[in-house]
Amino acid sequence: MRGVRDGMTDPTTSQTAGAVGLDSDRPILRLSRINKGFPGVKALTDVDLEIRVGEVHALMGENGAGKSTLMKIVAGVYQPDSGTITLDGEPVHFAHPREAQERGISIIHQEFNLLPERTVAQNIFLGREPKRGWIVDSREMERRTSEILTALGVERSISPRAMVGRLSVAQQQTVEIAKALSFDARIVVMDEPTASLSPAEVDALFSRIRALQERGIAFIYISHRIDEVMALSQRITVLKDGRNVGTVTTADTTASQLVSMMVGRELSSYYPPYASPEEIGEPVLEIVDGGNERLRDIDLTVRRGEVVGIAGLEGAGRTELARAIFGVDPFTTGTMRLEGDTVHFTHPRQAIRAGIGFLTEDRKVEGLVLPQSIRDNNLLAWRSIGRSGRLRNLPPPDPADQARRVDLRAAGFDQEVRFLSGGNQQKVVLMKWLSTGARLFIFDEPTRGIDVGAKAGIHELIRELARAGAAILMISSELPEVIGMSDRIVVMRNGTIAGELPRESTETEIMALAAGEADVKVAS
Amino acid sequence: MSAIASPRNAVVAARAAFGTSSTGQIYGVLVLVLVVTWSLILATGGNINLTNTLVRSVALGIVAVGQTFVILGGSLDLSVAYQVSVTAVVASVLMDGDPGNIWWSVLAVIALGAAIGAINGIIITAIHINAFIATLGTSLILRGALNATFDNYAGEVPDEFQPLGYSRFLGIPYSVLLLLAIVATGWWILRYTRFGHHLYAVGASEETARLSGVRSGRVLIGAHTICSITATLTGLFIISRLSAGAPWVGPDGNYDLESIAAVVLGGTALSGGRGGVLGTFAGVLILALLDNAFNQLQINTFLKDVVRGVIIIAAVAIYALRQRRDVR
Repeated sequence: MRGVRDGMTDPTTSQTAGAVGLDSDRPILRLSRINKGFPGVKALTDVDLEIRVGEVHALMGENGAGKSTLMKIVAGVYQPDSGTITLDGEPVHFAHPREAQERGISIIHQEFNLLPERTVAQNIFLGREPKRGWIVDSREMERRTSEILTALGVERSISPRAMVGRLSVAQQQTVEIAKALSFDARIVVMDEPTASLSPAEVDALFSRIRALQERGIAFIYISHRIDEVMALSQRITVLKDGRNVGTVTTADTTASQLVSMMVGRELSSYYPPYASPEEIGEPVLEIVDGGNERLRDIDLTVRRGEVVGIAGLEGAGRTELARAIFGVDPFTTGTMRLEGDTVHFTHPRQAIRAGIGFLTEDRKVEGLVLPQSIRDNNLLAWRSIGRSGRLRNLPPPDPADQARRVDLRAAGFDQEVRFLSGGNQQKVVLMKWLSTGARLFIFDEPTRGIDVGAKAGIHELIRELARAGAAILMISSELPEVIGMSDRIVVMRNGTIAGELPRESTETEIMALAAGEADVKVAS
Repeated sequence: MSAIASPRNAVVAARAAFGTSSTGQIYGVLVLVLVVTWSLILATGGNINLTNTLVRSVALGIVAVGQTFVILGGSLDLSVAYQVSVTAVVASVLMDGDPGNIWWSVLAVIALGAAIGAINGIIITAIHINAFIATLGTSLILRGALNATFDNYAGEVPDEFQPLGYSRFLGIPYSVLLLLAIVATGWWILRYTRFGHHLYAVGASEETARLSGVRSGRVLIGAHTICSITATLTGLFIISRLSAGAPWVGPDGNYDLESIAAVVLGGTALSGGRGGVLGTFAGVLILALLDNAFNQLQINTFLKDVVRGVIIIAAVAIYALRQRRDVR
């Protein structure tokens, strides 16, 4: 019965949308009791949301809280299972993103929807190019593009004829905003717009957003970054596990209140016991000052018998770290030692030979060959490293042996792995690495997409591996999993290690480090 | 030494004229190939004939323009060679030596070509069959149907149809004018029509195009229809130089793979969304110049294929390198 107990007694959550803020503000969009499920998951449960004319309404929540799903419903990409959407007091139903756009709702995805080989004007008017007779009226298209760019104050830096692929990320984002405005957008949804912008570009974006607010355009602003949200938004809605935890007025809210709204939940699943001190042995992996294009100043040690959890927000560099250790995108600076020997892997083959197993986030693409049998998948890595190097004396693995260790449930070893459940597929990936005699296992989101029952099985397996003497590095976006499994917790932010926390730290402490909010008072 | 200096100057000039896009580069390569091959021919006492080279590139050039459209859209057409044969045989049989039959026969085979192209497009977009497989399938069907029906020259092409193949206007062969007109039309469609803009978008990212409201299926069907019409025009040009159509004229010309080679050599990305017919035109001319040079110099024809292969791979490698550098 370990877990997080920052009870949900936060007074801010009792404030509802209608009770706060400027009463003169007219609502433009209202979502009520929105439900949305996907096979095996309930993504949204009875979510209410109200957007007012000209406000910046921030949407926050942990990874998987349902923010993106909700916004895709607003933008017509998904249709809700139940619930109503009213725009200007009139019920609407968007069957296609185009219909939402025509009603003035535009979404700017984190991955831009732009064609790099076409010009700014051609991108903005794609699908509705102005025509003169038979031909596209390029002059008119460019004239209207310049008007919009002028309204955004960027007419000098972005030409309507510029090739989009040659613009900077910030400029491409401006083109996306221009595209939204060309639809006469009244509500613009932005998903993590600052993820790849420099501080100066963020400032420019904010002043652009504020200028458009003056013209009555509302923004729904999805972000993990508390400081940005506090600086830019008027109101904030927090989602958690697909439910609306509350909508608050930014001016009346503190950063730490937001954090506790985001993470305050009971740890319901059962986790195996932590490693006892005598189970933890000598270091298996040591990294000193590791860095490459995406990472810097990485200092990390993982010992025999322990599970080290890696927490952090999307894009903090967690998977990049795993890939660097595994030799996919190697470290270019610093030193890495494996069981005391200095190593420098430039290809996964070397890492596998040295005894590292990497259980990637995307099992189906990177971890398994789906149309092949369990037997073949089990031998995949073993075969690729051949009968040389350190495995010369390792006998061909016996699938029955491995299957027993991971408690695999399958019809037989010749069954194709695509017919297995997510949990059993994960077990086959694990068998693959057991076959190569791996001693350091890197798990990237080990239970993503696995149903609750099988999750506990995977957790048990990870702990057993550690107890048998393996060193485990576990990347996870699910904070309860990080807390429940890790003997130590390493938190990453912006490509480096933001800090290390002892076992049984709270979600609040982890989030404070991950989001980099200095003002958060860590509850103790 | 001047032989080395002049192509470099030409490249600089071409770069100034066309920018440093892949189209600009390919015209640089074209000038280089022109200078090298003609220097060699002149040095060995041969004579240069630009018109002849142009005429020799008409058949491939016309169908390569159509192939450019489908490749720009991210598709492919492997059935053009047999479409050329079908046109040649059917037109020849319909004309049957009577000049009065020419006009409606031409219209009929164009309609037939358009229908084959539309069917290709529908198979690819509505049934979601990979373009490679779909057009390979149509190609086999056409080949089987042709070989089952005709085993040799069929029908008769009236003499009145031959000016297309042999006559000149102001010293320029009709066929060359036809090729230039088709290249210009293709360029105009891609640059100025909504269809052209949408084709680039579909080829670059079908998802982005779809989310922007472009009906990508229709766009691709249109591109396939255009491609097949150009195959038909190639077939008509070929019979204007023969007395009758035969089922082997298409496969003998290797129009399927050669047209794809010319398109790719011309800087159009095989993955779609980037390139254009001007590049393809240069690609076709480069292949024709090499042909001409090897014939005149009487070098082993197998060696010719080696050189062509090297040039195609080298050109695409250069585009790929540049592309990577642009992305940083």
